[in-house]
Amino acid sequence: MSTVTSTTARELGTSRASRSWSDGVILVLALLALWQLCSWLAGPEILPTPWRTAVKALKIVRDEDFPQSLEATGIAFIAALVISAVGGVSLGLVLGARRLAGDVMEPLLMAFYALPKITLYPVVLLMFGLGLSAKVTFGVIHGIIPITVFTMGAVRNMPIVYARTALAYRLTPLDFARYVMLPAAVPEVVAGLRIGFSLTLLGTLIGEMFASQSGIGHMLMIAMARNDTETIMALALMLFLFATGVNLLLLRWHHRLAKTG
Amino acid sequence: MNLATRWRLALMVAFVLTLELASRLAWIDPVSFIPPSRMVVGAWQLLRSGDYTDDILLTLSSAALAVVMAVVAGFAFGVALYKLPRVRRVLDPLLMSYYAVPIFVIYPILIVLMGLNRWPLISLGVLFAIVAMAVNTLNGLERVPRVMLRTARALRMSPLAEIRLITLPASLPFVFTGIKLSVVYAFIAIVAGEFVLSGSGFGYRIAFAYNNFDNPSMYGLMLLLLLFVGTLNMLLHMAEARLYRRMSRAAT
Repeated sequence: MSTVTSTTARELGTSRASRSWSDGVILVLALLALWQLCSWLAGPEILPTPWRTAVKALKIVRDEDFPQSLEATGIAFIAALVISAVGGVSLGLVLGARRLAGDVMEPLLMAFYALPKITLYPVVLLMFGLGLSAKVTFGVIHGIIPITVFTMGAVRNMPIVYARTALAYRLTPLDFARYVMLPAAVPEVVAGLRIGFSLTLLGTLIGEMFASQSGIGHMLMIAMARNDTETIMALALMLFLFATGVNLLLLRWHHRLAKTG
Repeated sequence: MNLATRWRLALMVAFVLTLELASRLAWIDPVSFIPPSRMVVGAWQLLRSGDYTDDILLTLSSAALAVVMAVVAGFAFGVALYKLPRVRRVLDPLLMSYYAVPIFVIYPILIVLMGLNRWPLISLGVLFAIVAMAVNTLNGLERVPRVMLRTARALRMSPLAEIRLITLPASLPFVFTGIKLSVVYAFIAIVAGEFVLSGSGFGYRIAFAYNNFDNPSMYGLMLLLLLFVGTLNMLLHMAEARLYRRMSRAAT
């Protein structure tokens, strides 16, 4: 009996895995077909075909200037992501633990989140000048808010008995954050990080498009000015693959945390 | 007015006053940052002179069009995804990572396709907003109690009547969140597009003033834009709160 159930369970497991594989293949094929169709309709000069885009992408990657651009964007993006994550999580913990401060700040944060932050680029540029700090600032102002809001929400929904226990043990605020609030909030924090990751990447790229002389965003801007659609599509494709990959990894982490938690 | 609101107001007033003081006393570079009071004067002069009225109206009407299209199409998309779970499972990873790509890299392609007018901007706004609307609609539909849908089937409602009388009211809070996000995203995409490449509109005017070191106009325009978006958000927030109140009253 037990062997029967275990084999059916295993079969179910493999069929689910293979189904998710086939789903992925279907999605990729459908997207490629749609892309090909659009480029036939619009003409390959306007929207290059997937094949030509892939060839162009390979050519860009092999280009000797590319590692430099990648490095410039990578440093800015990682700096922005670290600042957003650390700042957002600590701000969220503080605002979540202090109810009044959270009530005061939440609408302000949401209002700031809703602003088209690209309009602030002249201010950022005038304050930080062209270069790395402006890019990082752009990434941070895009990415920090969702991380803060998610962390805050998680801490607020934490069972009240945790806070009471911490009080009974006379934990210092730092220990309270480290041993109680952060572990309790981790699944939500990862969900916030996923959104924050996407927005930080977006912000850094926008910063590079306007406020920089190097990096992927700058390459995009040049391609846009020259109407070099092949380069645009190739870079967009690479960004999309990178973002989707990291997103899927974070999503899997989130699922695992949610299951064990 | 409760305590949190009072604190918030005090914080904002303190912030503006600090900025005013800091820029008046030249703690921050007066070339790059002007005092808030002069921003207000700049904004008022812009409005009074009437030179910018066309641009402001253009951006607002483009955004409104984009929001309407994104909300209608996004809702339909969400319903379709709900009705076709197979399609939904296939599209899920795409919906998850959609916002990680700066969608306006395809803006030049849209310009080539449609010409340098307002339509590429509107399409950009729709493309940016539609997925948020669809995902929220889907979330809302998933939370409609199964028994309501069974009742609809027992009463042999037509699909349209089912959406109008059951699905839409039951998923309204989520749909409303979708609408709120659509407004925000449409604005972001359109203003950003105007920044990058355009001959008119709010974003174009800000970029133009920036390039000409016309600080009063630039900060004035930014202030106006922030006020517009802020007011719109507040109105939507209030409407949402009223909706929740009415729904909780109806439930009890």
